Amino acid sequence: MSEIPAEVQGWIGQKKYEEWGEFDVERGYIFTSCSSVQNGNPLFWDDKAAEELTGGPIAPPSMISVWFRPHYWSPGRTEEAVPLQLHFDLKATLGLPEAVMTDNTITFHEPVRVGDRLKTTQILRSVSDLKTTKLGTGRFWVLEVEIENRNGDLCAIESYTGYGYKRSGS
Amino acid sequence: MTAAGISFEEVEVGEELPELAIDITPSTVVLGALATRDWRPMHHDKDFAQERNGTRHIFINTPHNAAYFERYITDWTGPRGRLGKIQFRMSDSVFPGDTMVFHGKVEGKEVDEAGCGWVDLSIQLDVGDTVTTSCRARVALPSATDDNPWKRKGEAWRPSPSS
Repeated sequence: MSEIPAEVQGWIGQKKYEEWGEFDVERGYIFTSCSSVQNGNPLFWDDKAAEELTGGPIAPPSMISVWFRPHYWSPGRTEEAVPLQLHFDLKATLGLPEAVMTDNTITFHEPVRVGDRLKTTQILRSVSDLKTTKLGTGRFWVLEVEIENRNGDLCAIESYTGYGYKRSGS
Repeated sequence: MTAAGISFEEVEVGEELPELAIDITPSTVVLGALATRDWRPMHHDKDFAQERNGTRHIFINTPHNAAYFERYITDWTGPRGRLGKIQFRMSDSVFPGDTMVFHGKVEGKEVDEAGCGWVDLSIQLDVGDTVTTSCRARVALPSATDDNPWKRKGEAWRPSPSS
């Protein structure tokens, strides 16, 4: 069994990549997201319902990660920007070229409102020993993302389990 | 969906949620990936998905999966239902050509110390005979005629049972 590198062990429990989203929460994406799953909840389509129930327009809670994913391209950027940089750091440092997400847990707090901008912090919680699955051999890891709005209110805590692997025979 | 939706009182433990079936196409997968700002190629490039991920096609991404679960839950609760927590495990991927079928059941209900009415759901997403994703969700429903879960803040909003 291969040891987890000391560098990676040192990341566990440390807050990394405190970052602000690149744009404000806006309704275009809310409509596109609702359309993509045919979500007809009037909270997201009917201003009167939103005003009555939530004091104005909010985003669907499950959209939380949308607001901190970087643009595909932006001026001056020379490398691909990725969300969950820690996930990609783990792939690179552990030498595991492929990865998928297997588990996702989101705890929702303050609703995300149109016009908000969100700040995220990434924390590595654990890394497993080497395991072999039908995809290949690799490690599972658990990452947590804390998400706050401009007022410092906690909006959500999102936890991902990733599986980084080398394909069998590669 | 009605503006009123269901109340905490109306829900019974063991009750089943209405089944929901959705046919998945390449457009569904790509639309979901773009709507969630997920530019990774395994969600829009079939060659990449096959050659790099070893999957048979592009597949639905994680936040799109979450959006489907939210839609399934709030189709049932109505707009007053407020998600507190959602947890899901993807044991297999969903590909174009698949028909996703959602099944849900009320596993428990409780009123917490703040007076918030919580319903715990188990939800299963099947494709054919395969369970591709299993989900547990905790959703707040109005516990009285003047209760609106969306107005709860601070100590009045406790989405994790232990918090």
